[in-house]
Amino acid sequence: MTAPVLEAIDVAKHFAVANSLGDSSVVRAVEGASIRLEPGRITAVVGESGSGKTTLARILARFYEPTSGVIRLDGVPVAGDGIRKRAVQKAYRKDVQLIFQDPFGSLNPLHRVRHNLERAVRLHHHGRSKAALEERVTSLLERVSLTPASDYVDKFPHELSGGQRQRVVIARALAVEPRVLLGDEPISMLDVSIRLEMLNLLDTLRREDGLALLYITHDIASARYLCDDIVVMYAGQMVEAGPKDAVISSPQHPYTKLLVESSPDPHRDVAADRDEIFGAADELGEPPSLIDPPSGCRFHPRCPFAMEKCTTTPPPRAQLGDGRWADCWLHEEGRADELSGSTMTELITRKLTEERR
Amino acid sequence: MKYDLFGNGKVTFGVVVLGFFVLLAILGPWFTSTVLGLDARANDISAISSPPSAAHPLGTTQFGQDVLAQVVEGARGSMFVGFLGAIVGTVISILVGVPAGYFGGTTGNALNFLTNLFLVMPVLPLIFVLAGYLQGTGLVMIAFIIGVFGWAGGARTLRAQAMSVSNRDFVQAMRMLGESNRRLIFTEVMPHLYGWIASMFLGGLIGAVMAEAGLAFLGVSDSSAISWGTMIQAAQQQSAVLRGLWWWFVPPGLCIALVGTAAALINFGVDELANPKLRSGSRRVAKRTAAIRRTALAPEGV
Amino acid sequence: MTMTRTRPGDDTAAATPSEIVLDVDGLSVEYAGAGAPVRACTDVTFQLRRGEILGVVGESGSGKSTLITALTRLQRPPAVTTSGHVVFHPQSGEPGIDLVPLKPRALRALRWTSLSIVLQSAMDALNPVMRLGAQFVDVLRVHDRSMSNAAAWEEARRLLGLVGISADRARSYPHELSGGMRQRATIALALACRPELVVMDEPTTAVDVVMQRQILAQVLRLRREFGFAVVFVTHDLSLLLELADRIAVMYAGRIVELASAEDLYRTPLHPYTRGLRDSFPPLHAPVTRLEGIPGSPPDLRALPAGCPFAPRCPAVMDRCRDILPPLLSHGDPDSPDARSVACHLHDEELIP
Repeated sequence: MTAPVLEAIDVAKHFAVANSLGDSSVVRAVEGASIRLEPGRITAVVGESGSGKTTLARILARFYEPTSGVIRLDGVPVAGDGIRKRAVQKAYRKDVQLIFQDPFGSLNPLHRVRHNLERAVRLHHHGRSKAALEERVTSLLERVSLTPASDYVDKFPHELSGGQRQRVVIARALAVEPRVLLGDEPISMLDVSIRLEMLNLLDTLRREDGLALLYITHDIASARYLCDDIVVMYAGQMVEAGPKDAVISSPQHPYTKLLVESSPDPHRDVAADRDEIFGAADELGEPPSLIDPPSGCRFHPRCPFAMEKCTTTPPPRAQLGDGRWADCWLHEEGRADELSGSTMTELITRKLTEERR
Repeated sequence: MKYDLFGNGKVTFGVVVLGFFVLLAILGPWFTSTVLGLDARANDISAISSPPSAAHPLGTTQFGQDVLAQVVEGARGSMFVGFLGAIVGTVISILVGVPAGYFGGTTGNALNFLTNLFLVMPVLPLIFVLAGYLQGTGLVMIAFIIGVFGWAGGARTLRAQAMSVSNRDFVQAMRMLGESNRRLIFTEVMPHLYGWIASMFLGGLIGAVMAEAGLAFLGVSDSSAISWGTMIQAAQQQSAVLRGLWWWFVPPGLCIALVGTAAALINFGVDELANPKLRSGSRRVAKRTAAIRRTALAPEGV
Repeated sequence: MTMTRTRPGDDTAAATPSEIVLDVDGLSVEYAGAGAPVRACTDVTFQLRRGEILGVVGESGSGKSTLITALTRLQRPPAVTTSGHVVFHPQSGEPGIDLVPLKPRALRALRWTSLSIVLQSAMDALNPVMRLGAQFVDVLRVHDRSMSNAAAWEEARRLLGLVGISADRARSYPHELSGGMRQRATIALALACRPELVVMDEPTTAVDVVMQRQILAQVLRLRREFGFAVVFVTHDLSLLLELADRIAVMYAGRIVELASAEDLYRTPLHPYTRGLRDSFPPLHAPVTRLEGIPGSPPDLRALPAGCPFAPRCPAVMDRCRDILPPLLSHGDPDSPDARSVACHLHDEELIP
């Protein structure tokens, strides 16, 4: 295992929210999250909205100070107890960059492409000559396949298409020559036909520049296309992780299984009956509130395998070899083989009918 | 994307009127004294309270002073107070409002508290106290007082706008690159507030002209300076309304109303610039749409 | 209850007028903005069969949202329907009603009872200051004045139950429900008066995949029970391939291909359809490098002279740049399996 560039160990982020009556409560957006990003590897964090994946990306981007836990850049802690925030901030910005979800919102509509790129270059590489700066801007645009660069450099964001804007956003992030790129759903707001180009671009950056990439998404198929490893988050916690194909083909956590089975796959056998595909997926439940999450395993209220233990004690992490792990009592109990049987829809429907009886 | 500010008559009219008064303030006194040979302060004992005539186109006051010359001289005083008051007020509201919205947290709360304090302060009594304390209240001092007590509303607006712009992704993205707060405020956030600032400035201009007139009417003014406010006050003191000396108080009153209208009309245009929903253009589009629909449906309808 | 997928071919007879619930013919919509009018929807023609799910897929600027607002007469200025007909055929066998020139009063009578709409954002469709059940009661009693208040509440609870929302939720306000529940409530509300046609505009875009599956399963079950037809608009072709009976692919304001879901997946005729299909990475099949479709969707204000897809098309020919290919039937136009495509690649097969 190579040394990670960026590593988060057991980080948590709680937000205090006040309601209109002034009572404050705590939203446990992320708890006990650990992740390591290695050069030249892409790790995906997959989860539904509210699973804490965006919060995790923003903790790693140091928009939020984690409530607890440690973040290490090259093994040196940058967040946690007793670390001066300002002192490390600037150096951190040079190494870690975040790409936002919305290419329409992350470029100032009043500034040309040139302004964005030049500022980014100047901030971290002072005293470049005018010519050197121009050359750098051109090469950045070429890096993200906006060629010829002269066609784009003097445009305003509203003169570019969504895909071109996101390329400019990526070029701006690359301008500081980072070693880690965090993508917060970088393709979800782009047109379907140009998403793949963006994923291929990220893949090229990983291969040619050895960037460490974190890819946050709700689309498990795109995670499989781009990434090496997948981490699945549910209700603010990581529930399963491992190499992508293993995670998708044989999920070791009931939630992962539900997520994979619910994702549309146009390439599944279309001859399959439509009612078979959707089946009785009427009642699959919803993620819990993060203000007052369920005790024990957070998935237990929806889980067809739930046991007594699941409702009281958080499951231990089961190490399954080859970098895989899952937080589920089934492994402890030796019932893991049940995960490869019937679909979650069947299991949940069966459980619900039994309960009703 | 470009919106033509002068595309509608309102703005053009406002600019012309306001421009006229600015020119009047700058060049008028010279014009009246050299070309017309009138002096705002000279007392013509032969014509006391005389109605408009060839010698005095707008008549004279109780003291035999020429009203036209006074109106022109008063334009200088009123516009000076208007502009200076608006500048002072706008600058303070930018200095307080933008950081309050951008930083939030303790800084923001402190600045917001200051804003609210000025909003609820009983301004008029305070001005009297202050004016009494400062004794000689020249026009500069009046303008400063008006600005210092009139910025709070604008600061609130700017705070809200700055807050919403600061939370947008592009500001976060530039911060992620390592931009300093100073640059983020000036190059990323502020340009989005120019429309609001311009509209606040025009509002401040009207407010200051009116406030000056109001204060002068109530006696807070520089007795040696001439402004529209002091003219109306003098007319009031000499019971001009009861005595039917309309030519004494109508011209300055009309001027104040005109400046106010002009600034308000320009403001409509600026508002439309900042808020596309208000554009009259969209009403035109709606009419046009209806027309096309009628033509498209005509064959079926007939 | 098992029922196999209703394919158009299952019906023995070819589609007769009474089997058509919505007949859209030559519909064009323009935006009369400040400059020259922009055509967002051009010459759209299709027929919706009774009880069918027709998917409409397209990217930004393809005109799919414009089409929906024109179909349902929800469009606002500057959008305006410049030509075409949208004829609704009631099940009762009464003569068809053209929605385009219909007066607002007559249109209101059709809404909910014959034609209803589910929008992307449930919050827009639900009144935030009214209890959920009360909104159902409102809709029900406006369209059936003989219904008593108590009966309407009873019906509201039953309708919510159909989409898996427990009856005690009827007294909740919309903000007390989760996003997924709100969207389900909107669907139940749309079905309150048993419409024959439901238009759904990206109803699951704002919810997560698990909730999406849940909602779609419910829509399918309800359709089996009530037999309404659905026009389902989305940008997600992968979803439509699983859900729809037939799919219309839109590009630059025109339908470029219309075929059954299976044909569209197995043998896409239009290069754009093929590219779109191959833009979805597989979830289980081996991963190969995919390219998507190079370039970006066209600017409707400056469309190329010929086929609007020509600049991005991998199989572009000379005539594509000059001549706009019309949407023509491919195979026997009278057969229920008929499909159509607008592409010069298939010209030869059409000319006998």
